Amino acid sequence: MEPKKKILVTGAAGALAKKVIDKLKKDYKIVAVDFRTKVDLGIPVESYKVDFNKRLFEDIFREHDFDGIIHLGRISAQELNRFTRYNANVIGTRKLFDLARKYNVSKTLVMSTYFVYGASPYNPSLLDETTPLKASELTMDLVDSVELENLSTIYLYKHPELNITVLRPCNIAGPGVRNTFSMLLSEKRSPVLWGFSPLMQFIHIDDMRDAICTAFEKNIPGVYNVAPDDYIGFQDAIKASGSRPIQIPSIPPSLTEAIAKFLNWKSFPVYLINYFKYPVIIDGSLFSKTFNFKPKKTLDDIFTYYRSLK
Amino acid sequence: MATKKQNIISKIFNDKSIQDYVNVFPNRVGSQGFDAWGFNIKNMKNNMRLTKYLYEDFYKVETVGLENVPKEGRCLIIPNHSGQLPFDGLLVGYSLLTNPNGARAPKAMVERFLPTVPFIGNWLSSVGAVIGDPINCERMLDNEEAIIVFPEGVRGSNKLYKQRYQLQRFGSGFVHLAMNNNAPIIPVGIVGMEETIRSYADLKPLAKLLGMPVLPLVVPFIFPSKVFIYFGKPIYFNNDVHKESDIKERVDIVKAAIDDLLKQGLARREEYQRAQKEKNKKV
Repeated sequence: MEPKKKILVTGAAGALAKKVIDKLKKDYKIVAVDFRTKVDLGIPVESYKVDFNKRLFEDIFREHDFDGIIHLGRISAQELNRFTRYNANVIGTRKLFDLARKYNVSKTLVMSTYFVYGASPYNPSLLDETTPLKASELTMDLVDSVELENLSTIYLYKHPELNITVLRPCNIAGPGVRNTFSMLLSEKRSPVLWGFSPLMQFIHIDDMRDAICTAFEKNIPGVYNVAPDDYIGFQDAIKASGSRPIQIPSIPPSLTEAIAKFLNWKSFPVYLINYFKYPVIIDGSLFSKTFNFKPKKTLDDIFTYYRSLK
Repeated sequence: MATKKQNIISKIFNDKSIQDYVNVFPNRVGSQGFDAWGFNIKNMKNNMRLTKYLYEDFYKVETVGLENVPKEGRCLIIPNHSGQLPFDGLLVGYSLLTNPNGARAPKAMVERFLPTVPFIGNWLSSVGAVIGDPINCERMLDNEEAIIVFPEGVRGSNKLYKQRYQLQRFGSGFVHLAMNNNAPIIPVGIVGMEETIRSYADLKPLAKLLGMPVLPLVVPFIFPSKVFIYFGKPIYFNNDVHKESDIKERVDIVKAAIDDLLKQGLARREEYQRAQKEKNKKV
């Protein structure tokens, strides 16, 4: 019997990474790393707390002969300052890619976000993967997300042996997810902007897990949006999740910013104000066709889960 | 007066006939009633109730040539633009929604700044308005939709009262879209809207100061006016041009077709007004 292939999963403390590890651990030997904590994932999974920018990180590559990497770990804009985040997310990822090259890793999956497109009133709908990434034009707090993408794309073409796949999912939601918009669905009262209800897409965490596992196993390098072709206005999503919208004044924009700064809510950050106003609808058809992928969970499944929390 | 108002409101909100139309046209929305451009079936039904009142009772719209609109498949509906507010788009949209030859829920391309306006931006997209980006239009043509495009843009809708029924400069984007996507163009002439909201000046410096594309000086009153909508025969263009001046010629063909429909509409209106006068005399 062929020995199990070994893969490195980053961001192991996150809910999505735990689900991915749980699904892949039957067929692969998993090594899990996280910058925050050493995560206990049960006996077959080795786990480390690491900083990608420290020399000790290479020891993990020396010790384990990785066949592939699933890079889900990222410090979000709610955590730490811009400089530290850039170092961890961009410089750290470069270090990861360089080690992957040095130790002959043949499959690499990188998790990005639809935020990189930027929320602009001039966005057409159904942005495809060739659309310019304009998030850094709108806010400095998303520069690291855009730079991480640019870096991945450079390595994708310059080092084809890494077989890099970049996934840009829409809002991930469901049990354990702690991103901005999923947190808003889980709260009893959620801020919305008066007179704005941007169209949004949500994918259930279980479907996103399946998308990651499928993309990793099929290994067809490229950049892919991941989103269902089902949509809902943000304020409707809030109501459908059993949350009560709190209307924040939307004009003039400087007042909205002042309110966001004053409230200092994790779930209503200043740098995401435009995402509360304008839709960023992505076209997930390339991923669906390439990987024969269709989400199993519906929007109703997602909202039913959040209603059950109230 | 209060009773009259109550009657109008009751007529608008208790109208059950709208559902019959909604059941007819193709349903391209997702599980929550939205499509990818924010069109929402529930809002559209409510909007149709209000538009029905405007269409039937206020503007008393008369249509000619609805059989020229394809029952299905992609097409570009190209009308003249007037009346300061986008009521003309609303009326053309309603006439297509209630077309006895085949109901269609059209989309309409609108000014890019509209999504930045609270409530208005959301409401417009929920009833089928989409920002005027060619990528949007191509995507919707791929979906075999009917799309209303006003090539005059604000030049048409915000022209002065003294310029009524004078077509303003047409953009050429709609001809490119029609050619590249093999879509027929349905020219439309709208008569009657130019008199409803009258503008006597464009306060350009103030508009610039406020960051608005135009700021018309209007009479704050909607003049009642019977509206005539003339749909022309489909125009097809092959994708075989070699230079932009060829596109300009094609734009002029469409413009001439709309001008001709306007003349027909104006003649019909004169005839209608004469008949009304004679009827009043007899009474």
